[in-house]
Amino acid sequence: MNWVLVVAGALVGAPLRYLTDRAVQSRHDSVFPWGTFVVNVVGCLLLGILTAAAPADVRLLLGTGLCGALTTYSTFSYETLRLAETGARGYAVANAAASVTCGLAAAFAGVAVGGWAWG
Amino acid sequence: MGTSQAEAVASAQSGRTRRARPAGQWPVVAVVSVGGAIGAVARYAAGLLWPTPAGAFPWTTLLINAVGCALIGVLLVTVSELGSAHRLVRPFLGTGVLGGFTTFSTYTVDAQQLLQAGRVASALAYLAATLLLAMAAVWAAAATTRRFVLRRSR
Repeated sequence: MNWVLVVAGALVGAPLRYLTDRAVQSRHDSVFPWGTFVVNVVGCLLLGILTAAAPADVRLLLGTGLCGALTTYSTFSYETLRLAETGARGYAVANAAASVTCGLAAAFAGVAVGGWAWG
Repeated sequence: MGTSQAEAVASAQSGRTRRARPAGQWPVVAVVSVGGAIGAVARYAAGLLWPTPAGAFPWTTLLINAVGCALIGVLLVTVSELGSAHRLVRPFLGTGVLGGFTTFSTYTVDAQQLLQAGRVASALAYLAATLLLAMAAVWAAAATTRRFVLRRSR
């Protein structure tokens, strides 16, 4: 049953990342990878909310499955590398720093919200 | 009917045909979804094989992310340099499998949990080590693959 929950969450999370990324990327002209940044920060917030005290089944479905597939480290690292390689070193550093700090802040905010929501 | 008018009609018709199939991206969405599920299952399996006890340094997630970053370096350089791959290869393997395998949310929430437990040094080491290892992995993999692909195509 646990496997089914992880699969079900990921079947939704991964295309949600793809579609959100496309929608965000079509709305700005900058080289900054806002699409991946947005899904990662939103995923951190959501996983934070779940981590506080959600039931185990919900955490497998929405945490391991949905949030795990919604967020990505591989695309984040590749986009950062491409920025650095194409002469946009400042953007590369800004993307890494902003993703980590905003993601961590979102995780803290999520845990706070979750503690209130599940408690 | 003048030529320009015929052209206008033709272009309106081709415009309609183009609008009639906005479905071009649905195969992509489908392979991203299936790929994401495969990647997530692999990540879940790794977590069961090498579980991280509460409060411990999250080695498993760190290695998952580093491996996923190395693999995306190999994949995307191969696909973009060779340019002959099927159009669904990149969304399936890159956006889907590797996107679903690696995770940013577990990375930050693991660090948050370490910080909340007062393990500040571990948390900062984890945040920095993952970022450095991931960037080193994607860079080294992309550079090695590029050299290999260019040598073969010469």
